Amino acid sequence: MPKKYHIHTTPVPPRLPRIGKYGVVDWREDCANCHNCVKKACVYDRYREELTYIRNLDNVDALFFNCMGCFSCVQNCTKGLLRLTINSEYEQMGNQYWTPEIIQTTWLQAETAAVPVSGAGYQGKFSGHGFDSMWTDMSEIVRPTRDGIHGREYISTSVDIGKKPSFLTFDENNRIDLSPSVIDISLPLILDMNPAAFSLPQLEHVIVEAAKRTDLIAIIDSGKWPISGNIGLDKDMQKYLPHIAFFLNPDADQPPENILRKTRLVEIPDSGNPLERVNRLKETFPELVVCVRVVLNANGVSRAIQLAESGIETIHVVADFNGDEIGVEKPRFIRDMIREIHKSLIEGCLRDEVTLIAGGGIALPEHMAKAVICGADLVSTYLPLIIALECRVCSTCKPGWLCPARFEEIDFDYGVGRMRNLIAAWHLQLIEVMGAMGMRDARRLRGDVGRAMFFKDLEEEVFGPIFGSRRNA
Amino acid sequence: MAQFSVPEETLKDVLPENTLKTRVPQVKVERTIKSAPERYRNEIAKYIIYRSDDECIRCGKCAQVCPYGVHVLKPGYKYFAMPKSHKCIGKSCEKTDHHCVALCPQNALQMVENPMVDALGDFRWTSDMILATWRMAQTGDLPPQKYGFDYQCGNSGGGFDRIRFKYPDKPPVELDEAEIDTSIELNRRDDGRPKIRIDVPWYGGGMSFGSVSNATQLSRVRAAVAWSTFSCTGEGGYMERLRPYDDHMITQVATGLFGVREETIQRVPIIEFKYAQGAKPGLGGHLLGDKNTPAVARMREAVVGIPLFSPFPFHSVYSIEDHMKHIEWIKHVNRRALISTKVSTPTDVDMVAVGSYSAGTHIVHLDGGYGGTGAAPDIAKKNIAMPIEYAIAKVHKFLVDEGVRDKITLIASGGIRTAHDIAKAIALGADGIVTGTSELIALGCVRCTRCESGRGCPRGIATTDPGLVTQIDVEWGTQRIINLYNAWHQELVGILKRLGMRSVSELCGRCDLLMHLDYNNDV
Repeated sequence: MPKKYHIHTTPVPPRLPRIGKYGVVDWREDCANCHNCVKKACVYDRYREELTYIRNLDNVDALFFNCMGCFSCVQNCTKGLLRLTINSEYEQMGNQYWTPEIIQTTWLQAETAAVPVSGAGYQGKFSGHGFDSMWTDMSEIVRPTRDGIHGREYISTSVDIGKKPSFLTFDENNRIDLSPSVIDISLPLILDMNPAAFSLPQLEHVIVEAAKRTDLIAIIDSGKWPISGNIGLDKDMQKYLPHIAFFLNPDADQPPENILRKTRLVEIPDSGNPLERVNRLKETFPELVVCVRVVLNANGVSRAIQLAESGIETIHVVADFNGDEIGVEKPRFIRDMIREIHKSLIEGCLRDEVTLIAGGGIALPEHMAKAVICGADLVSTYLPLIIALECRVCSTCKPGWLCPARFEEIDFDYGVGRMRNLIAAWHLQLIEVMGAMGMRDARRLRGDVGRAMFFKDLEEEVFGPIFGSRRNA
Repeated sequence: MAQFSVPEETLKDVLPENTLKTRVPQVKVERTIKSAPERYRNEIAKYIIYRSDDECIRCGKCAQVCPYGVHVLKPGYKYFAMPKSHKCIGKSCEKTDHHCVALCPQNALQMVENPMVDALGDFRWTSDMILATWRMAQTGDLPPQKYGFDYQCGNSGGGFDRIRFKYPDKPPVELDEAEIDTSIELNRRDDGRPKIRIDVPWYGGGMSFGSVSNATQLSRVRAAVAWSTFSCTGEGGYMERLRPYDDHMITQVATGLFGVREETIQRVPIIEFKYAQGAKPGLGGHLLGDKNTPAVARMREAVVGIPLFSPFPFHSVYSIEDHMKHIEWIKHVNRRALISTKVSTPTDVDMVAVGSYSAGTHIVHLDGGYGGTGAAPDIAKKNIAMPIEYAIAKVHKFLVDEGVRDKITLIASGGIRTAHDIAKAIALGADGIVTGTSELIALGCVRCTRCESGRGCPRGIATTDPGLVTQIDVEWGTQRIINLYNAWHQELVGILKRLGMRSVSELCGRCDLLMHLDYNNDV
C-alpha cells in the first residue's frame, strides 16, 4: 500500500493572551460575594481560571477573554450584576475580508491542528462576497459520476505542477520522451512569499521548515536565502531545497546548477521576455518546472492567457491579499478571474498544458477547495500562516513599529509548529469537503463546477421564475 | 395519537396491537396552555431598567403606574426588588401615560438598551428572534407588538429573511380562526398503509440520546403527543422510556445503525432513513467521546468514551435500487409503517427526491445546508449543500413536472425558525416542516454553539452530563414546547386567515403569494 500523506501534529499553545469574542462586563460594586457565578454557574470554570490568570499576569493590559458566551453566570448572578458583551478588541481585529471569525478560527487550528467544530447550525449570512457566494456539492444516493463509496483514507489531495502533454512523444531512439516533468505536491497549496512588511529575521526559515514538514513547497525570494557561491551545498541547506521554489527577480543571479537540480520549482516575475528566461533556466536543468508570476491588475487575466498561449507551463496569478483585482476601480474577485482564465484555456485547448496557481484572498480551507473547483490547479497563500503566529491583521506592520503580536520574539519551533498545525487542519478539512462530494482525487476537482452551486445561478434558476428579475442584477 | 385511519379490510394487519407484542400503554399529554416561566434568576431583556437606590424614596409611583409588573415591592419589604426588566416594553412605553421613568418624581429610574443583546444571537437567529421565542415558550402566545420584537425574519440577508407574503388588502374570504385547518396528511401514496394526519404542519427532527439529554428528548416527544404530531429518536437508539409515546415517535435508521433492532422498528408508525443531515451534509454523524457516557454507550451498544461515527453514505446504498431494497426491508418488518427518507440538498436534490419516491418512500424530508442542532465541522455548516429555500422550490417543481407531487409528502428542515418561515416554506412547495433548533431555543438555548465542548451544553439541553442535565425538568420542558407550538399555530392561522385560506394545504406551492425584497417581483 502506498504511503499515506499524513502530517504529524502536536498542540502548540499561543504565546499571547487569547482575544476571545466575549467579555463579562459591568461587575458592579454591590456584588454579594455569593460566588454563584464562580462556583456554580460557570460550567467551564472560567472565573477560577481568571484568578490564576491575573495572578500570573505580566501584561497589565491583557484582559481575560476565555468566556464561552453561554450566559449562565449572567442569568444566575444573585444580584443581576453581570453583563456579557462582545469584546471590542475582538471586533477590531482584521478587516472586512479577514474577519475576526477567520482570524480566530485560524488561531484555533494553528493551536490544535483540529477541524473546528461547533454546534447550533450555521450562524452567518445567507451568502456573501467572493467565495461565500458558492456552495460545494455533496453526493447522495444517486450520483452516476462519483468515485464510488470509499473511506476518507483513500482520498488523495495531491496535485501536479507542470505541463501535462496531450499525447506521447518519442525521442530519436524511439523511447518515450518523459520530459517535461511534473512535480507532485501533496496538497493543492503553495506557501507564497511574504510582503516586505513581514520580513522578520527568521520568518523564511520558519516557513521553509513548515513546508518541509508538511511536504509542500514555499516560494522564497532568492535574495533572502543563501544560494550564491558554495553555501547552497551546505548539508543543512540542501535538505530544504526540494521544498523551496526560488523567486528570481529580474536582476537576480541564476542559482548554480547543483541547487537547481535539487529544487523542483522556480518562479520568475512577468517582466521582459519570460519565455526566454524560462528556456535559459531549462537549459541548465531541463526537468526544472518554471512558473511565471502574473500580478492580477487590469491586464492580469489577459496576460495570463497570453503567457499560456506562448508556451509557459506554469502560471501563478496573484490578486491582492483580499482577493481583489489590483489597481482598478471595480475590482473583480479572484474566484471570477480564475474562472475566466480557466475557461479561456479550455477554449484554447490548452488547459492541461498549463498549471494555474492562484493566490490572493485564500483565507480558509474552503477557499482552497472552491478555487480549485473554479479552475485553479492549486492555490497559494501567505497571510493565514502569519495569522497562525497570532498576527491580528492590524496592518500596521512597519520596520521599527511595535508589533502587537510580538513577532520579533517568535521562537523557531513555535512558528513551525503553528504553521504545520494549520496546514494539517486545512488538509483534514479539504478531505471533509471532498468526501462529501464523493471525490477521491483533488486533480479531478479542478474546474469541476458541477461540484459547486453558485448563488447567482441558484437565484436565477430557482427564484427567477418565482420573483422575476433581480434588482441590481 | 395522530389521526390514524386504515381501510377496514387491512385493519387487522396494521394495528399496532396486532403487530407488536411488546406494546406498552400509551401516555396522553393534554394540550393545555399555561405559563412556563424562565428557569434562570435573571431573564435577558431587551431593555434594562436601573433604579438608583440613593435617589429612590420608595413612594411606589412606578409600581402604581406600570401595568406590566416591572416594579415589585414585596409585602413586608422596605426596598423594591430589582426591576423585572424583561417585563418592560421598552421604548414604546415612552409614548404612553404610564412611563415610569418619566413619572418618577425623583428621576431615580433609567431605561437603557441592554448591551447584551449584541452578544446574544447571530445573523440567522437574531436576539429579537431568540427573545420572542422564549416569550412564546413562556406564555403560549405571540409576543405583543408593543414589546417591539422584530422576530419574523432573521438578518442573514437572503432566503426566508428576504421573502415576504403579499397579503391582500382584505382577505378574499372572511374566515373564523376556528374554521382554519392546519393539519396535513403524511401518506399520500394510497398503498394500503395507514393514513396518518398530524394536527400541525410540523414535527420534531431527530435528536439522539447522547446529543441531547433525556429530559430534552422527553419534553419534545411529550409536546408532540399534546399536539398530535411526531418527534424523532435520532440515531442514538430507542430509549425504553420513550415507549409510552410510541405512537408519536419516528425512529431513525441511519448509517451507524446504532440501536436499530427489528423490535424498535416495529414500535413506531413512521421510520426515517437518514442519508444525510443539513448541518454536515455528506459527512455522516460524529458523537464526540466526551458525550459517550455509560448510558449512551449502553444504548448504542458501544464502548464508553470513544467517539462514535456514523459513516457517510450508507455503505450498502449505491443506487435507487439499493435504496428501494432498504425500504422494502423496513416495510416487511413493520407492515403499518410509513417511510420517510431524509436527505440533504445536493445540486441534484430533485433527482434524489423523485428517485426516492420511485423506491417507495412516503415522505421525502429535505434537510437544508444551514440547519442542524448538534456539533458539526464549521466548514460543512457554511459551505456544503444548498440552503433549504432553493431545494424546496426546486424539488416541488420537479415533482409537479413529473406528475407525482400529489403522491408524496414533502417535508423541509434546516433553518426554519418561526411560523413565518413555516408558511414561506409551505408556499415555496413543502407540505410541512421539521423543527429542531426552535424547540431547543424554547428550552433556553442561547446558541452559544458549545454543544460539543467539555461536558456539553452549559444550559443542560444538549448534554448527557449528570450534573448539567438536572437543569431541565421534563414537565417544564414539555410545557415550554407546547406553548411554542401554540404560538406558532396562532401565527400560522393568522397568516392563513389574512390569505383567506381554509386549510394549510391550500398554501402549498403558492409561490405567487410571495415576494422577494431583492427582486422586482415582475413575474
